[in-house]
Amino acid sequence: MKSGLILTSAILAASVLASACGNTKEAVQPSAVASTPVPSAAPAAPAVDYTQAIDQYRTYVIEQCNAYVKATGEFTAAIKAGDLEKSKELYAPARMYYERIEPIAESLGDLDPAMDAREGDVEEKDWRGFHRIEKGLWMDGKTHGQEGYADQLLSDSKLLRAKVETVEIDSTLLLTGAVELLNEVSSTKVTGEEERYSRTDLYDIAANVEGARKIFDVLKTEVEKKDAELARTIDGRFNNLFKVMEPYKKGSGYVLYTDLTQDQTKKLSQAVDALAEPLSQMGKKLGA
Amino acid sequence: MEDNKKQPQPADMHKEREGGTPFSRREVLKMAGVGGLGLLLGSVGAGGVLAGTGKLGSRSDTASADAARSGRLPFYGTHQAGIVTPPQNFLCFAAFDLTVTRGEEVSQLFKAWTEASAKLCAGETVGTQNSQTGLPPDDTGEAVGLNPSNTSITFGISPSFFDERFGFGPKRPAGLVDLPRFPGDNLRSEWCGGDIGVQVCADDLQVAFHAIRNLTRIARGKAVLRWTQEGFQRTAAAGAPGETPRNLMGFKDGTGNPDVTDEKLMSDLIWTQASDGPAWMANGSYMAVRRIRLRLEVWDRSTLGDQEATFGRHRDSGAPLGLKNEFDPLPLDAKGADGKAVIPMTAHARLAHSETERILRRSYSYSSGLDRQTGQLDAGLFFVSYQRSLEKQFIPLQMRLAKQDKLNEYITHVGSAVFACFPGAKEGRYIGQELFEG
Repeated sequence: MKSGLILTSAILAASVLASACGNTKEAVQPSAVASTPVPSAAPAAPAVDYTQAIDQYRTYVIEQCNAYVKATGEFTAAIKAGDLEKSKELYAPARMYYERIEPIAESLGDLDPAMDAREGDVEEKDWRGFHRIEKGLWMDGKTHGQEGYADQLLSDSKLLRAKVETVEIDSTLLLTGAVELLNEVSSTKVTGEEERYSRTDLYDIAANVEGARKIFDVLKTEVEKKDAELARTIDGRFNNLFKVMEPYKKGSGYVLYTDLTQDQTKKLSQAVDALAEPLSQMGKKLGA
Repeated sequence: MEDNKKQPQPADMHKEREGGTPFSRREVLKMAGVGGLGLLLGSVGAGGVLAGTGKLGSRSDTASADAARSGRLPFYGTHQAGIVTPPQNFLCFAAFDLTVTRGEEVSQLFKAWTEASAKLCAGETVGTQNSQTGLPPDDTGEAVGLNPSNTSITFGISPSFFDERFGFGPKRPAGLVDLPRFPGDNLRSEWCGGDIGVQVCADDLQVAFHAIRNLTRIARGKAVLRWTQEGFQRTAAAGAPGETPRNLMGFKDGTGNPDVTDEKLMSDLIWTQASDGPAWMANGSYMAVRRIRLRLEVWDRSTLGDQEATFGRHRDSGAPLGLKNEFDPLPLDAKGADGKAVIPMTAHARLAHSETERILRRSYSYSSGLDRQTGQLDAGLFFVSYQRSLEKQFIPLQMRLAKQDKLNEYITHVGSAVFACFPGAKEGRYIGQELFEG
């Protein structure tokens, strides 16, 4: 009953907001200067115009969200159909859309824990979302009993889709978001704590890095203007990190976390830290 | 010559040298042989005599700081040392698992440990067989010639001590509770639990290690090491001892500690009272230990503004946000121009602040090389706190922090243990005697 209500309002919100957004998008371009968000601590240097970057990024977030809702729908449908193998197969790819835009979801209050909390992050009675289902699928080896969590997850994902239309994306969120994505990798993903049952951590890692890359891409021109050397360094380290990830691709996905040797994990982790360090300088350069 | 321990030892022979270099037991014994140390000390003090011989350095300006460093703490007393004792420079912590089967063997271990600890805290060698070439020496020897360095040794026993093995179950204090699982806990068994916890603190790491090593050796066949951790804070040589030390995140840690010189306050907050029960725990305290890994790589790339908002304090001064001085009261109700709280609602300082859940923090930083899995630093905070009640003080406080603290983004609790720390032993008695024979 409760989830049904949320779902209905989510769909309503999504449709209302979607049309509103369409209007805004076109309106923004001509009046770009007037609506430029001003960084809270205004620097002495000329303020960077983030309008275009934010607009591009919002488009990306909405694309990812659309794909996320679709993939989550297929994943949860497989669970409700009782298809264990298919559920397991669809689990990690569905998460990737979410992991690419995680800082946005985290800024939306309780949605992140509702969908992405790991065991022990929240009280047992409140624990739901991907990892709850992950435990059921891999540990208990069955879809039965996960149907309720599947419903909740799908409705939460739709709520996220609705909310991203109006989420305030400012320069700070953009600048810190890229580093936060990599922090996620180096704090819990490269240690294998995120996907403790499915061992699909490399999907999350790849998605986090891709999400960070997207943010850098939309800001790259501005970073180049301020500090071309820094932009080159960040670019080079992203490329290096993708190179480090390359051997772990398998089909359209990735090998299991447990397939990596300790040395390989360490190399991956250190490549992430090597990238995150200059990336964290981006904010200072852009005066956010 | 017979072993050191049999030599008459003037009470103040462990005094520090003026000018910083402690004089060794061996040197003192030599001097005693030459001219009668007691007499020399009695007249001008060892420092003066040795200075006269030209053997000493000239750093007399730091003499008082050195005196504080190389002093001798009494092992025997109403309370165990190492709790309200001003924190020494270094920590060696060890958790032991008992391997014996009878309660009597446990009390024998504590008897032997007490005897050895009194000597270790006095800067003396343990055992009696230290000069017979046909035997392995009783004392491992690496602290020979070193002064007592304010060594304190503090013993506690955990909930598992009271399981079915030794029959102590009925004597388990109601206050010795297992900690609940806190949100976000990432505990690893290799850093948790143990039947017995031993906290050794000293102003010299070699002296502290020597104590743990010798206690471990004495325990062989009765108890084995389960895990250990060394810790440090800045030494008195590097910074004024009165100032609040900084943790590895660069922030002052322990600003809000209660005043340990206030005996009434200590009775209220730290020492278990007879009325708390059981009788053998009166004048003891409960110790909570958490090994908290800091995600230093992540911390280092967060902005200063974020870092300060995380703690609710300015990094350099330690003052609450918006204020100037470290000990300014936290302006918990203050709001900024934007209408938001000046001290963020999730700031560590705000959440750790409590009138009723006050604990005595006695934490040390640790660095254990690198995490081989990630190549990141395995460094953090070895959190130690003492409190009269785990249930009323530590647990609600930690629960609140675990749920809301912004700091949780940067830290992860990997180790955990709780211990009931015995009251102190009077001379002639041994640690835990009230429990074993009461």
